[in-house]
Amino acid sequence: MTSRDDILASIQANLPQVDRPLPVVPLFDNNAPASLLSTFKPSLERMGGIFLDPPDSGDPLAPVRAKIASAKIVCSMVPEIAGNRDIAGVGAPQDLADVDLAIVRASFAVAETGSVLLTETDLSINALAYLAQHLIVLLDPADIAVNLHHAYRRPEFRDRHYASFHTGPSATADIEGVLIHGAQGVRSLSVLPIARTP
Amino acid sequence: MSISPEQLLDNSMLHPEVLAGEDAYGIYRNGHRLDHAEGASKPLRSRPEPQPRGAKVHGNRPVNQAEAAGRFIAAPEHEKMHDERLWDLRQKRDREMHHIPEWEELRALASAIKEHTLTHLDEYLDQFETRARANGIHVHWARDAAEHNRIVHGILSDHGAKSLIKSKSMLTEECGFRAYMASVGIEVVETDLGERIQQLDKEDPSHVVVPAVHKLRTDVANVFANTIGTDPDNSDVHYLAEAQREATRPLILAADAGMTGGNFVVAETGTFVVCTNEGNADLSANVPKLHIASIGIEKIIPRLEHLAVLVRLLSRSALGSPMTQYTSHFRGPRAGGEMHVVLVDNGRSERLGLEEFWTSLKCIRCGACMNTCPVYRRSGGLSYGATYSGPIGLIIDPTFNARKYSNLPFASSLNGSCTNVCPVKINIHEQIYAWRRELVKRHDVPLVKKAAMKAAGELLSRPIAYRAAIASADVALAHLPRFVIYNGLNAWGKHREVPHPPKQTFHSWYKANRGGKQ
Repeated sequence: MTSRDDILASIQANLPQVDRPLPVVPLFDNNAPASLLSTFKPSLERMGGIFLDPPDSGDPLAPVRAKIASAKIVCSMVPEIAGNRDIAGVGAPQDLADVDLAIVRASFAVAETGSVLLTETDLSINALAYLAQHLIVLLDPADIAVNLHHAYRRPEFRDRHYASFHTGPSATADIEGVLIHGAQGVRSLSVLPIARTP
Repeated sequence: MSISPEQLLDNSMLHPEVLAGEDAYGIYRNGHRLDHAEGASKPLRSRPEPQPRGAKVHGNRPVNQAEAAGRFIAAPEHEKMHDERLWDLRQKRDREMHHIPEWEELRALASAIKEHTLTHLDEYLDQFETRARANGIHVHWARDAAEHNRIVHGILSDHGAKSLIKSKSMLTEECGFRAYMASVGIEVVETDLGERIQQLDKEDPSHVVVPAVHKLRTDVANVFANTIGTDPDNSDVHYLAEAQREATRPLILAADAGMTGGNFVVAETGTFVVCTNEGNADLSANVPKLHIASIGIEKIIPRLEHLAVLVRLLSRSALGSPMTQYTSHFRGPRAGGEMHVVLVDNGRSERLGLEEFWTSLKCIRCGACMNTCPVYRRSGGLSYGATYSGPIGLIIDPTFNARKYSNLPFASSLNGSCTNVCPVKINIHEQIYAWRRELVKRHDVPLVKKAAMKAAGELLSRPIAYRAAIASADVALAHLPRFVIYNGLNAWGKHREVPHPPKQTFHSWYKANRGGKQ
């Protein structure tokens, strides 16, 4: 008998003889806010993320350009901004270890938690979002789900192999509860609301 | 007799300089500063309190939790920090709970989802295996810890892998995975900060979410000074965390394989989900080519819609944050990568058949029961001498070894706080009580405890005798000399002060004030 069959047989022999129907899960969206972006912003900031307010006029990417100015190696996955490290030329994830700043676009965001979803399509090389020192995420305000119940109805969880909610930057409070940003992954995560270019 | 503040000031026992009070410049009025032993140029630092170590474990012999707890309590700085830190997490959890109007509904849903899944566990595991394989994941099954370790070793050997980076996983602790890997010459590096501290200090994790929560920053400074070469006199937390990041990063970049656990497994999509705050699981999974995930069979849920309920509860219950910084969904290997899932039983299928204890398999390892438990907060997780400590440990550990962990179900005041905060509604304190009965039946309870319990049982079954006993006990407590209460025969007097007896019991107050006024 294989271990698989052994384990399944043991489960069948021990299954509790009680009736436990599967509940229906509501969407809990009765009190959905009018502006999802204005709910997303404080949620993101609470988790240590930086919300980049777009300028009233002029270059909408100005806050991103300001951050790039102090970075040596920039890897961009978005057409709006050019970096100086071409991801197409990167062979192994390890080769991204020297990236100072990565720029990606989120598949979507969640207002309730302040999370942005990044998939293998958004990242090209998944490790980009963890090995870079800082991460900037572009987010189309039209791509915000009200809460996690709505989020899990999105197609990304069925057609991607990797999909990760980022809720602020890498963090730890493992030593006496002192909060540290940049535990192992990125030291900062900034989100700029800007519509997708068609 | 009470003393008024005026009388106190008149008391000639107080030093005249103290009585004179301090002037605006901190100089006492007679021209001298009261500094006693404090140095004038540099404050004298007391020697850092040594870190109390956990329970002494000797093979299968019953772990003496009370003895280890006694040593933890005897280290006041450690006990205070531990107690306050965990209570802070408990309060943050409460704040989050009040933010979510549907909190209780979510708990009820989570409980129902897990109970449904556990009562159809074979079907959902089968469904997960089919979907995961279709997505390109290699699925393995391990009956026990030894088989788990052999399987992982086999996968690593097939790839010629000699080094492994891993994120925190209680299951691998349960399997003695690190010790096994050391015995076959494979280097394992923990990437979670707390877990790395514990690994470098050759200790087990003391908490399922915050593994090094029992350590002061000075303890961490000692460990890092001895292992990664930090300045032994610098215990600044930012400095220590940064030093660990810099020391671990080259190991992450050079590792041959990565390992994670799994918080949830979704049957309908063949997905497993890993929740971390440091991003270390995503590094372990995404930097090396090979990703192995070890997951307990009870982690499965039917569909994505159920994941929403559990993810909303997990971090709020654990740390009082709405979500972990990273919640990552793995549905298949990345391009050019290889992904293995090891589904581990290790006693879980057998636990499913225990009528009073099977619902303990609902546990999502948030640690909320530990954070609220007065015994855990004051004794530290390592005092339990088991992989799982705190209230959930008291009901899981005896299923692994009823003799070794026979003392643990007694490390509880049965106050029920654990049950109240449990996000999946496990009746933890009732199961702790059920284990006590079970252990007495199995004769696995020490004689002294058994005699005391028998006496208590007889007393509690007779209300009139109980009330008489309480009344006389309170009178006795108020008047007995200390040596009668605090001696070796009274377990309650060990390591703790017996509370001040009330002047009147509630029952006698009720009889005097409300009796007859129905």
